Amino acid sequence: MKRMLTALGALLTTAVMSLSAAQADKLKVGFVYLTNPGDHGWTYAHEVGRQQLQDHFGDKVETTYVENVPEGPDAARVIRELVAQGNKVIFTTSFGYMEPTLKVAKEYPDVMFDHITGYKRAPNMATGNIRFYEGRYVQGVVAGLTTKSNTIGYLAAFPIPEVIQGINAFARGLRSVNKDASIKVVWVNSWYDPVKEADAAKVLIAEGADVLAQHTDSPAMLQTAEKAGVKGFGQSSDMHKFAPKAQLFSSVNNWGPYYISQVQKVMDGTWSTGDGPDHWAGNTWKGIGDDYLVLTEFKNMPAEVAAKAEAARSGIASGSLNIFEGPMKDNKGNMVLEAGKVLDDGGLWGMNYYVEGVKGNIPN
Amino acid sequence: MFDELLLTVLLTSIPLILAATGELVVERSGVLNLGVEGMMLMGAVAAFGAASLSGSPYIGILSGGVAGLFVAAIFSLFVLGLATNQVATGLALTIFGTGLSGLIGAPLVGQAIEGLPALHLPILSGLPFIGVFFQLDILAYGAIVIVGLTSFFLMRTRPGLILRSVGINHDSAHALGYNVLRVRFYAILFGGFMAGLAGAYLPLVLTPHWAEGMTAGRGWIALALVVFASWQPWRVTIGAVLFGGVTIMQLAGQARGWPIPAQFLSMLPYLATIIVLVTIASRGHIALGAPAHLGKSFFITR
Amino acid sequence: MFVLEPRASVPLSLTLLVPVIAIVLTLIIGGLIFGFLGYNPIEALYEFFVAPLSRPDQIGNLLVKACPLIIIGTGLVFCYRANVWNIGAEGQLILGAMGAGWLALSFPEVQSPFFIVAMAGAAMLAGGLWGAIPALLKVRFRTNEILVSLMLTYVAALFLDWIVRGPWRDPMSFGFPLTKTYPDAGLIPALILPGIGRLGQLHWGVIFAFLIAIGGWFYLSRMLAGFQIKLMGDAPRAGRFAGFSQAKTTFAVLMISGALAGLAGMIEVSANIGQLQPHISFGYGFTAIIVAFLARLNPLAVIVAGLVIALAELGGDTAQISMGIPKVVTGIFKGILLFMLLAGETLTRYRLVRVSGMGASKISKGGKANV
Repeated sequence: MKRMLTALGALLTTAVMSLSAAQADKLKVGFVYLTNPGDHGWTYAHEVGRQQLQDHFGDKVETTYVENVPEGPDAARVIRELVAQGNKVIFTTSFGYMEPTLKVAKEYPDVMFDHITGYKRAPNMATGNIRFYEGRYVQGVVAGLTTKSNTIGYLAAFPIPEVIQGINAFARGLRSVNKDASIKVVWVNSWYDPVKEADAAKVLIAEGADVLAQHTDSPAMLQTAEKAGVKGFGQSSDMHKFAPKAQLFSSVNNWGPYYISQVQKVMDGTWSTGDGPDHWAGNTWKGIGDDYLVLTEFKNMPAEVAAKAEAARSGIASGSLNIFEGPMKDNKGNMVLEAGKVLDDGGLWGMNYYVEGVKGNIPN
Repeated sequence: MFDELLLTVLLTSIPLILAATGELVVERSGVLNLGVEGMMLMGAVAAFGAASLSGSPYIGILSGGVAGLFVAAIFSLFVLGLATNQVATGLALTIFGTGLSGLIGAPLVGQAIEGLPALHLPILSGLPFIGVFFQLDILAYGAIVIVGLTSFFLMRTRPGLILRSVGINHDSAHALGYNVLRVRFYAILFGGFMAGLAGAYLPLVLTPHWAEGMTAGRGWIALALVVFASWQPWRVTIGAVLFGGVTIMQLAGQARGWPIPAQFLSMLPYLATIIVLVTIASRGHIALGAPAHLGKSFFITR
Repeated sequence: MFVLEPRASVPLSLTLLVPVIAIVLTLIIGGLIFGFLGYNPIEALYEFFVAPLSRPDQIGNLLVKACPLIIIGTGLVFCYRANVWNIGAEGQLILGAMGAGWLALSFPEVQSPFFIVAMAGAAMLAGGLWGAIPALLKVRFRTNEILVSLMLTYVAALFLDWIVRGPWRDPMSFGFPLTKTYPDAGLIPALILPGIGRLGQLHWGVIFAFLIAIGGWFYLSRMLAGFQIKLMGDAPRAGRFAGFSQAKTTFAVLMISGALAGLAGMIEVSANIGQLQPHISFGYGFTAIIVAFLARLNPLAVIVAGLVIALAELGGDTAQISMGIPKVVTGIFKGILLFMLLAGETLTRYRLVRVSGMGASKISKGGKANV
């Protein structure tokens, strides 16, 4: 009798274990979005990445997302909810989720968190980022060769490092081909506000800009450009259909490869943020060279300009072209990088100046 | 350069002109409608959706106005039919309109429509500087015409006089045999139609997209404009252009490198509204021209 | 046609039933809207109102979400009872958070347990002063407090944005708009229940919310000053004859509600965020207006009303996660609820009577008309 019971017990345990193992085979991955994917911009790119992740792994993962999550305590609640629903990997796709993600990460050491565009990490919290500024350099090159008025209009959302890096990289590309052109920046104070973006674009055009760039998310700027007969660059997704004659090219964020590689590491058991106090091993910051940033086809420009743009692009991809290398001065004339030096990641994060070619001052 | 800026200012002021003129009539009849923002958003989403589905911005104009009418009818049901507190009902309308427009508009985010074309009036539009006044679109010209008609209606016609008397003292008006509730109902419908048109202007002319909450407080500024204009239609136009100017100068100031932080420049329209409210109200007696029974519910008693 | 006739007396049952009927009607209309949009109405309503309570930690989150609504709602009750329409609680909340933040950032080494009290004081002072502005303009210049308080909300939000990106930005934050984190003495600790542990994000501020609501009720119903406020709202001329000052009442209620909104702001930051950032409030100041009305302007009922509205807010998230319903639907619920409440308010005091043609002029003996 006792032996039968033991055998039965063993059988049952094995059955239960294999059942839960079968359940555990399906990895649940959660995503937290700032806006809704229909914005055709920032969140849309993440959604595309999520779908690529789902398609790549098929039945082995189950992805969910929550949209329109405000940055703040609500985010912490939503992240906990995702944990409660069994998600083992959670991607939080906006800078403002940094503190909430960290807070929840400390409470659930078995769940792997991945914060996009942040700088704080933990043993179970990694960070992922794209070198958006690389695309800006190429934009600057094209702008420099396209502009007749030598004034570039730049719509920027908020003065955070990522945006400043973009403006400066643009200026570096601009000045590398055109020593007389300069950039006028207008701060829209929002990532997505079509009316305000359209107004800002109109004002910049009225102030003489004939090429526009944006670090905001809606197609309003390009549309205004199209109507006014000037040119511009799209952001986050290909905005060609909104501005067939105005869009020169667009920088598209390609998150799929990052998501796939991270989830693969989790499945292989090699996911780790390293041991140092900063957990630097857990930081991924890649760009054009790894296809994290993709530039759409060069249109509405003469072949020579397209050729120069392509040369810049492949130079950055191969690593032969350094965007920020000394000697480099800020727009007040001070030397910020000596000859022979290349700006490292720390220097990029700490950029609190405009380089030559940008008019005005960074707010505060 | 300056021409283009002036044109942008004019275009920005049109939604304010439309919404404020409508609200002016409503308030003249004695009703305070705080739901303008919600009505404008419903107008915007209806106009965008209709223009998107039909391909015609003109259908968009109509839809925007009708959406405003629809919301105004709901408002009337409560403040006229059930004599609910006008302030709270207006707020409820704004919250409801914001939410409903967001819901209807959710699948529309990221799309673009064909907007209203600019109609350059021959000869006049070629003039330097003032030429921009003749480079507007049909809805903008319509707005100016409506302002003129409204002014004429209120000041020079008998029905206009009746409407004004209802706002000044609804009991006396009732005693004279006028149907207070019916007059207010028509006024509210007009206000809703105008607010709907105002909202429609945003996606049809300013930027051919939809975004949740895209009116960004213009409805509230329209309310302030009515007070600024001392409840007189032509002054609404001046005030609207001033406010439009402040909004655009904030951006132009940045482009020109003015050393003032962007946030303070952004505050200007709102601070300007407060200053205007103070100056107008303090200029002797009670706010000039405020309908004395503004905001009071009407009950048939005798 | 239908006419409103005042009721001779208001049955108590009706007074209590009105909020309940309002909620039920809201649910029905909400369900219809869901169905119209293609979602299963029953499932959607479940996700909105039942699912958020299905785990104990969610109860904690409910209380946390209701906390600012209850505090601000109580303050607004004071204002609305006096017929002063403060729409700017959101801005007063922001100023209060900034006032407390200034203290926390100026004294990073402090360890005293009284520091948090000082911060609360600073918050109430800042919020109260921001509320005093529309009061001053109303008393001196007869400007409409609705528009002024609303415009000040936009100004406050922009002010916070500037200060967090500029003078108060943490130099170590790589240019991101975050202040330094508050010292531990400036944080509100978690509320750990003996034997149960911490429920969700529950913190001590929740206790204060309850105390404030009860205190508000006591003040309004049992103290002369409270009576004064109610009188100036219901019958201002009688109040003036009794010697009460309209100006003092206006200042008092606006500063009280401003102070309470400021306090709510400080609690939100110190309990949930721990530093200042450009967005610290998510419409609490506006949602609290609905809470005040749902509570029929009674501070005790504000507790229940706050919990109900907080439930709808949490429900918006749950419904989105499980059914993909957009967040904006919560706004629709709130709007409809407010409509139903307002209608119910009228129907408690008036009856709908059918009259024919000119009979409209023959109405009413007994009961007061509201003019």
